[in-house]
Amino acid sequence: MREKEIEKLKDYKYGFSTDIENIKAPKGLNEDVIKFISNIKKEPEWMLNFRLKAFERFKQLKEPNWQKPKYPKIDYQDLYYYSAPKSMDDKPKSLDELDPKLLETYKKLGIPLQEQKRLNGIAVDAVFDSVSVATTFREELTKHGIIFCPISEAIQNHPELVKKYLGSVIPTTDHFFATLNSAVFTDGSFAYIPEGVRCPMELSTYFRINASNTGQFERTLIIADKGSYVSYLEGCTAPMRDENQLHAANVELIALDDAEIKYSTVQNWYPGDKDGKGGIYNFVTKRGLCKGKNSKISWTQVETGSAITWKYPSCILRGDNSVGEFYSIAITNNHQKADTGTKMIHLGKNTKSKIISKGISAGFSDMTYRGLVDISSKANNSNNYTQCDSLLMSNKCGAHTVPYIKNKNSESNIAHEATTSKISEEQLHYCQQRGLSAEEAVGLIVNGFCKEVLQQLPMEFAVEAQKLVGISLEGSVG
Amino acid sequence: MKEQLQKDFDNTIKNLSLSQKDIEIKKFYLDSFVNRGFPNRKEEDWKFSDLSQIIKKNIGELSFYTDYTSTNKIDTSVYVDGLEHNKIVFINGRIEKIDFDYEKKNQIEIIDQSETIDQFNNNNSLSDLNNAFTNKSFKVLIKKGYQLKKPLIIYHTTNSNIWSKNINLRLNFELDNDSSLRLIDLFNDTSEKNFLNIFYNFDLKENAILKNYKIDRFESKNIKYSYNNIEQAKNSNSETFILSSGSNFFKNEINTNLKGKYSSAFVNGIFSLNKDKHHEIRTTINHLTENTKSYQLIKSVLEDGSKAAYQGKIFVNSEAQKTDGYQLSKAILLDKTTEFNAKPELEIYADDVKCSHGSASGSLNENSIFYLMTRGLNYKEAKELLINGFLLDVIEKITDREIKNLIKNMIGVKE
Repeated sequence: MREKEIEKLKDYKYGFSTDIENIKAPKGLNEDVIKFISNIKKEPEWMLNFRLKAFERFKQLKEPNWQKPKYPKIDYQDLYYYSAPKSMDDKPKSLDELDPKLLETYKKLGIPLQEQKRLNGIAVDAVFDSVSVATTFREELTKHGIIFCPISEAIQNHPELVKKYLGSVIPTTDHFFATLNSAVFTDGSFAYIPEGVRCPMELSTYFRINASNTGQFERTLIIADKGSYVSYLEGCTAPMRDENQLHAANVELIALDDAEIKYSTVQNWYPGDKDGKGGIYNFVTKRGLCKGKNSKISWTQVETGSAITWKYPSCILRGDNSVGEFYSIAITNNHQKADTGTKMIHLGKNTKSKIISKGISAGFSDMTYRGLVDISSKANNSNNYTQCDSLLMSNKCGAHTVPYIKNKNSESNIAHEATTSKISEEQLHYCQQRGLSAEEAVGLIVNGFCKEVLQQLPMEFAVEAQKLVGISLEGSVG
Repeated sequence: MKEQLQKDFDNTIKNLSLSQKDIEIKKFYLDSFVNRGFPNRKEEDWKFSDLSQIIKKNIGELSFYTDYTSTNKIDTSVYVDGLEHNKIVFINGRIEKIDFDYEKKNQIEIIDQSETIDQFNNNNSLSDLNNAFTNKSFKVLIKKGYQLKKPLIIYHTTNSNIWSKNINLRLNFELDNDSSLRLIDLFNDTSEKNFLNIFYNFDLKENAILKNYKIDRFESKNIKYSYNNIEQAKNSNSETFILSSGSNFFKNEINTNLKGKYSSAFVNGIFSLNKDKHHEIRTTINHLTENTKSYQLIKSVLEDGSKAAYQGKIFVNSEAQKTDGYQLSKAILLDKTTEFNAKPELEIYADDVKCSHGSASGSLNENSIFYLMTRGLNYKEAKELLINGFLLDVIEKITDREIKNLIKNMIGVKE
């Protein structure tokens, strides 16, 4: 039974593609494509201008090349920037009207929207290729005044909020991939939590790239108004394809006075096959702004997929007494590469940040933690604690730590610790002595190694994440 | 700057009797430097210290030619008292004295390498500059099994004869099997606004022991860059201690290649800075084979607008199993105008290793001060005692007792 299970899990569990007719924008990147996207989404003029401005800027930018994992040059003219399931033309009013094939896909993914609706009480916004296909639980949320919808809808229905906050954390003048996203983003989630409201359920988005040769550029914007609280989950999968696919999303979080945002990601994009062929390039920009006093933003991520992961979820701690947290598990196996970490930028007084990063590399993979802690001269009495541990599971893989630590304030303290090691023979021996197989022992030790981060995840996700950790390392023991 | 470089280069070449081929090599490096210019913050290794800007701000225009035909008088008052030692004296970049009086003559060889080009590459433009302009370079060879009885002190002195000059120095050391050398670099300047560019190469053969103490303690308006490359064979051991304190700007780079089994490297350093000084230490320890060990400890006390940066890298390649690498940097920021930047880096390709680093920066602990004050010390005394203890930790790492005491006396740290 056990072996059968392992066999099944060995390969990428989510590697099916769904046969759905797609509408695509013409291949390539130019003003016409951007206008096409804007037009098909019936966007107001200010939105189009926002995109064009970003595109102007994009043309002047050079692709960065300082990262550790190198990749073959991407031809940005050879990508589709818009792909939507055809049946979405007439938007369904409720889940019952959804294309059954789409629903089937999500069932395979393990997010049966219908069931979830009834059982879990998690509101889901699912993004398929580039378009948001379903948002559950809307009524319940509306009762509390919470807006949770695809961002294209928010542009239509809540332009004042979008106009005010979109691009306020990641401006159109940001780096290469963020700017590209600003120009061509197609959909994504939007959430607004009004003043004093504690969101009664977890909000969740599921991303999936289905069409081939498509870049996925979604944009997420979450605003937590004064005194509110929201926990947001994000999951990602993609079918198996031989070619590499680009995923360059932007996520902006804004926390006003006393608000708290908890953002959790379980990223399981297709990592490529055993020889490193295919897989997703996950070049995502995630940034949170603690704008108000006493605000808090917490990032939790479990990164197991993608051929290359290259992202640094960051916190800008502008409000006094604001708190930023970053918990991360990154696992690379076979030929996967990851260059990930965080930035904590302390601007306000009494700001605190905490970074816990756990990296596990196996096979021929390469993993880098890269992080910045910057305490400015005005951020009196601020604190940072950083811990990054790496575990090496083979002698062909690499684990690297590159922290940048800048302290300009004598009243503030920064502490940083990092270790790199392998699973000790003593620990293995101890477990095996108690009757565990080598594989089980390693699983147990790895889970213990990751525990600090897994604890931060919401219940439902923690179980999935724990399983993912197991799957990702399958076959790397010995 | 380009014309100045060309002119000064021609003058420098004129005074050297080099073969046409060697001149070509020097020309090559000159061109390379002209192309690249002084390093600036766009280069990752110079992120925290933009040398190009620093030179512009502190010196302005540099000239690169120094007339070395006449000798300088040695001011013997700079000699260290109370410690018998061998000497090499540099004045304004010219070697004025080499003195190994305490040693057996046939065990040490000084080889004049001025007529041969030995190229130095560390991937930054300063090595190009050094390759193009060094005019006298020597190699100190310590023969098999010989251990120097007394330490060697290299005096780097400059006097007011030079102004806005770039001085390039080069020394090579070879420590043959089972030999040992204790080396102190002592900086002492009465000149202002010059840029010193110093390159050392150490070649440690089996079982050789090198102890290198770099002491920059005297106030100086000069800008300094020093690069040490250390190659280590089986069982060899190197210890480097850096006191970074006196100059306006000083960047020390230590690059160590642990190529032989059981070789080990230790780098310890102190930044003690005030008055808008800006110092940096950058270390790279390359663990290239099994069972090698490295240990680094850097502590800083900063006040009054000063700035310190520490970039430390531990590299472990896939053959270097059973590596033990450790690195710790700690900084005390005494007032609000100071800044400490760190980039401790691990790059590891082998799995059976034990590597870790730590970095902490912050203010003096008020609780500790309070504790001491309840015991009758005043605020100032309490603060001094704490800083004293903080720095003593690094000095205690010095393995040579004689030199440890010398350094303790120099910076007034008490036990």
